[in-house]
Amino acid sequence: MPPLAIALSGISKHFGPVAANKDVSLSIAAGSIHGIVGENGAGKSTLMSILYGFYEADAGEIRIAGEARQIRSPADAIAAGIGMVHQHFMLVETLSVVENIILGAEGAAWLKNGVGKARAELARLAQDYGLVIDPDAIVGDLSVGLQQRVEILKALYRGADILILDEPTAVLTPPEADQLFALLRALKAQGKTVVLITHKLREIMDVTDAVSVMRRGEMVAHLTTAETSPPELAEAMVGRRVLLRVEKEARRRGKPVLEAVGLGVRDARGVELLQDLSLTLHAGEIVGIAGVAGNGQSELLEVLAGLLRSSRGVIRLGGRILNNADRSPAKLRKLGLMHIPEDRQRTGLVTAFSAAENAILGYQEDTAFGTGLFMSPSRIEAHARTTFNAYDVRPPDPGLKTAKFSGGNQQKIVLAREIERHPKVLLVGQPTRGVDIGAIEFIHRRLIALRDAGVAILLVSVELEEVMALSDRILAMCGGRITGERAAATADERDLGLLMAGVNERAA
Amino acid sequence: MSAAPIDLPRWADAGLVPLVSVAAALLVAGLVVLGIGESPLEATALLLRGALGSAEGIGFTLYYTTNFIFTGLAVAVAFHAGLFNIGGEGQATIAGVFAALACLWLQPLPGFLLVPLAILSAAAGGALYGFIPGWLQATRGSHVVITTIMFNFIAATLIVYLLVEVIGKPGSMQPETANFAGHAILTPMHQLLAPLGLKLPATPLNTAFLLALASLVAIWALIFRSRLGYCIRTVGANPRAAAYAGISPARITMVAMAISGALAGGLAVNEVMGVQHRLLLDFTAGYGFVGIAVALMGRGHPIGVGLAALLFGVLYQGGAELSFDKPGITRDMVVVIGGVIILFAGALDGLFRRFVASGLRLGRRA
Repeated sequence: MPPLAIALSGISKHFGPVAANKDVSLSIAAGSIHGIVGENGAGKSTLMSILYGFYEADAGEIRIAGEARQIRSPADAIAAGIGMVHQHFMLVETLSVVENIILGAEGAAWLKNGVGKARAELARLAQDYGLVIDPDAIVGDLSVGLQQRVEILKALYRGADILILDEPTAVLTPPEADQLFALLRALKAQGKTVVLITHKLREIMDVTDAVSVMRRGEMVAHLTTAETSPPELAEAMVGRRVLLRVEKEARRRGKPVLEAVGLGVRDARGVELLQDLSLTLHAGEIVGIAGVAGNGQSELLEVLAGLLRSSRGVIRLGGRILNNADRSPAKLRKLGLMHIPEDRQRTGLVTAFSAAENAILGYQEDTAFGTGLFMSPSRIEAHARTTFNAYDVRPPDPGLKTAKFSGGNQQKIVLAREIERHPKVLLVGQPTRGVDIGAIEFIHRRLIALRDAGVAILLVSVELEEVMALSDRILAMCGGRITGERAAATADERDLGLLMAGVNERAA
Repeated sequence: MSAAPIDLPRWADAGLVPLVSVAAALLVAGLVVLGIGESPLEATALLLRGALGSAEGIGFTLYYTTNFIFTGLAVAVAFHAGLFNIGGEGQATIAGVFAALACLWLQPLPGFLLVPLAILSAAAGGALYGFIPGWLQATRGSHVVITTIMFNFIAATLIVYLLVEVIGKPGSMQPETANFAGHAILTPMHQLLAPLGLKLPATPLNTAFLLALASLVAIWALIFRSRLGYCIRTVGANPRAAAYAGISPARITMVAMAISGALAGGLAVNEVMGVQHRLLLDFTAGYGFVGIAVALMGRGHPIGVGLAALLFGVLYQGGAELSFDKPGITRDMVVVIGGVIILFAGALDGLFRRFVASGLRLGRRA
């Protein structure tokens, strides 16, 4: 039996009264790819932060390669041979690849020696792992996939034998994700140990040797990947049986409700964020936008919701051309266009407010919540109580500060607020980002029910699986343009991936 | 948001944290008193006796409190909209000009019309002078922290010009206006209460104090109960969410700055119409800046602002008495305490929150 690369035993960590990790034990074999799955807030990130020295555990023991270690800071972790690739890259975009690699490990006051050494090392790593990259390229000019590669090189340059990757595929196209997995396999073949944190079960099945499941701060299962299945993993994560497929029947779509023709948006520097974009949304259909984050989906949602001015193009809502005055969020709401924004904490909610106050955000002028200049706290609270019960918001406490709700329940507050207003058109951005599996199921069922009731829904999500499961039609976006349309029933992931990457092999 | 804010129970957040920071500020002031060779305990006793030990002392204390309620509320309203209005001094100065003009020009009117009009005029002057920086930030992106500071200087210069060249008392070398007519001023409290059989010593305390108390209630209703207050708080807490909700952050910025300026105008009402009965230079005397400390200590809530204003009233009046008894301790000591409170309640807030949070944890464990 090979020695263990990582052996954690009895790790506990409390934040105030909340136990983020409870008596967690974990063994990871050297030279393996080990997955850690769990819902948001299950304690995966806390555990890895303890391993990487961001937090110190209240109790427990860490052994690296058989040796007990005190890891109090990332420097200790690096010294122990642990490298981490964060979900949000820790790179200086204006510096070159080699400058980023030596950052923090420059070696001397003068950069010359460090840079020379780094170049030689980079050449060796390129040969060993097929990690080819131009050392003089400016990091900001690289694609997201290549930037991630720089992060991995950084860890390897510091002598990491154990590599932790936190949700590495969240920002990648499917082909880029495949390249990453090939790289992880190459690392494994060279004897490195890889820890992969994710909530995507497909990735676990594809690439890992073993998988550990966390739930509510505890380690609930250790499984060999070859002997498990996605349903079994999902059940372990949630603690009950979960429907992974979205049940929906085919429906006839109705009349066009929202039409956009030739939309264009430029940012302050004149870069075109949307180019000549046209789409039509019919009553009773869900149109999904597939795309890698940052390809204009956010701008599309904001333009349609009246949050961003388009420099060009016409929008027609219910047959009526919207003028500038119509294209304000308040007016659009009155016309029946509701918007569930991509980022609920930055846009959809005021997290410092009570849940009841957030349940009226955007509808603060409604006379149902008070007459004249003043609002009625009792009516606002009663309204929140009713909708929270209908949407199973937990805890159903209208007075509680919104920041104290979990991601899924915050999303339900937004969802309830917008759906209860009987939209004709619903714009939905990232409906299940950072939401646990139980709530995902709930949100998906609500959206389908809304479609069946004749609402036109535009769905933007970086989760391709979600887009494919919910949509009737799928539009792929790349570089601010729509690169193709597919019927959801016949779409396949590989084909969409190419469209999302801007490679249009089957003309749309 | 980078670091997660430390979560505290509401009573600790609203009560304990400000108390701890005030206690720490007083402790620092005590050390300074010790440093200049006086006894901090004796000084504290003198200060409290001077502020609260006699009817006269209380009258002066409440007179100072009136000023701090207005300037504290001014800063607090802007805070709720996410704005830092440092221009209370300038807004009060312009409000004073407007009040004086109303009192002088509208003198033929009877008192029951003249006084409310002069108060409204003061509020309008302050509102206008607060609105301009708000408008500049909303339309041009000029930050109110910078513009309001600069506007303080403009107002200070403008009032000199006006008093010397335009509205000064003819034939006088003093940079001040003629005295207002007897029916154009606010009634002193000792006169107001005299018919009730209360014999109070003469103090500057006047009916502006009642206006200040009414403002506390009105601002509470505005911020926490009105639609406009909801919009102001939304813009202050999350401008993106405000835009999403159909609230214009630019409009709210201008409205909130105007309300803030109008409240700062209350300082002019108290000083110009209630105490000096004429417009003169430097009547704002730094009250506008102390309003920042008052609002910080009061956590922007009208109840807190009222209590903090009372504390500063006590410090001002007690400090004056103290410097009379102990010439070694000047009134600058009160300015020191105010500054330390701004430092502790504003800049080092997180420190005290952490301190209180760990104290509570220990208490729970014990």
